[in-house]
Amino acid sequence: MSKKEWPLWEVFIRSKQGLSHKHVGSLRAADEQMAIENARDVYTRRSEGISIWVVASANVFASDPNEADSLYEPANSKVYRHPTFYDVPDGIEHM
Amino acid sequence: MKELNIDELKRRFQEKIDNDIKIEPKDWMPDDYRQTLIRQISQHAHSEVVGMLPEGNWITRAPNLRRKAVLLAKVQDEAGHGLYLYSAVETLGADREETIDDLHSGKAKYSSIFNYPTLTWADMGAVGWLVDGAAIMNQVPLCRCSYGPYARAMVRVCKEESFHQRQGFEIMMKLASGTPEQKAMAQDALNRFWWPALMMFGPNDADSKHTQQSMDWKIKRHTNDELRQQFVDITVPQAEMIGLEIPDPDLKWNEETGHYDFGEINWDEFWQVVQGNGPCNKDRIDARRKAKEDGMWVREAANAYAEKRKARLAKKAS
Ligand SMILES: [Fe+2]
Ligand SMILES: [Fe+2]
Repeated sequence: MSKKEWPLWEVFIRSKQGLSHKHVGSLRAADEQMAIENARDVYTRRSEGISIWVVASANVFASDPNEADSLYEPANSKVYRHPTFYDVPDGIEHM
Repeated sequence: MKELNIDELKRRFQEKIDNDIKIEPKDWMPDDYRQTLIRQISQHAHSEVVGMLPEGNWITRAPNLRRKAVLLAKVQDEAGHGLYLYSAVETLGADREETIDDLHSGKAKYSSIFNYPTLTWADMGAVGWLVDGAAIMNQVPLCRCSYGPYARAMVRVCKEESFHQRQGFEIMMKLASGTPEQKAMAQDALNRFWWPALMMFGPNDADSKHTQQSMDWKIKRHTNDELRQQFVDITVPQAEMIGLEIPDPDLKWNEETGHYDFGEINWDEFWQVVQGNGPCNKDRIDARRKAKEDGMWVREAANAYAEKRKARLAKKAS
């Protein structure tokens, strides 16, 4: 029995013009052409999309959830990046 | 990051679950949580795929073009459900081919309902109405399952399921209001599928060994008996509405509990079917194996074509 499986692809779909592509799931296909055709059949049977991206799963590099604390710590400590950090007196408008 | 001991990892994991924070593929999880999910999601995937067989049986013999188009679309959806779920299994590190081989060797199970034959067109009605109806009841709470990829797959599946049940009910309704022969055909389908549909929720709570752990992990949100009761309560009035009779002499409304009481399920039959001795177990597995073997050359040819194409593109680029 042949053990050469079709590679895994991640599928991203733009649901309508003006929105970004969003990850919807994955599938197996022999190449990128077939991956797009399969993505159409598997993920857009009810007009869920107008544009499809497929990316070989082997090419996706992800951050490590164990490092989340140190990775996002600098952002957590900089509350002054949010407008709610600042006091605006009553009576001041359009700010 | 400092090394955490296993107890601390487990404590943090359970804390996330208790706070309804989803678990994602790269997060730490206890090995038995992973194994439970691999078993459950792959069985679910197999059920979707094997579930195409009893309905596929009637596509070429649907009574008119509308019914044929609808049944075809429904069966195609089930193929899609199988694919979403096999993808979810893969996120847990399971090998897709191996899970499929486990189905073919009999090691992995699938829903016992699909081991019953579909003898008449009315069975397409009974299957959509009762089998998809019971599946929906099981699947809706799974949309809130603690494992992210499984929950997301279930959201898609549940959106697609609602037309499945309606098209089945429509078939039953039409037959039940037709000629006496058509009505008898609908009643016969209900008689054959009622009890197997109730068995779809699995053993009674007292005999269900995995329930408590799965509830603690929020993989499962309701017990088998709770879901079964809900299904009976919802379905009985639907049958009455179209003038069909539920084949259970013990069925009656209980004013005190606010639920229907119903008769004892034949658990002997259930375990026989689960263990491979149902009317169609062998046919179903044979059909799946044959499909895999017959499709082998197609998958190999696609691989060969993909490699050739890649080589051609590389040559052009150089
Ligand atoms: Fe399904
Ligand atoms: Fe369905």
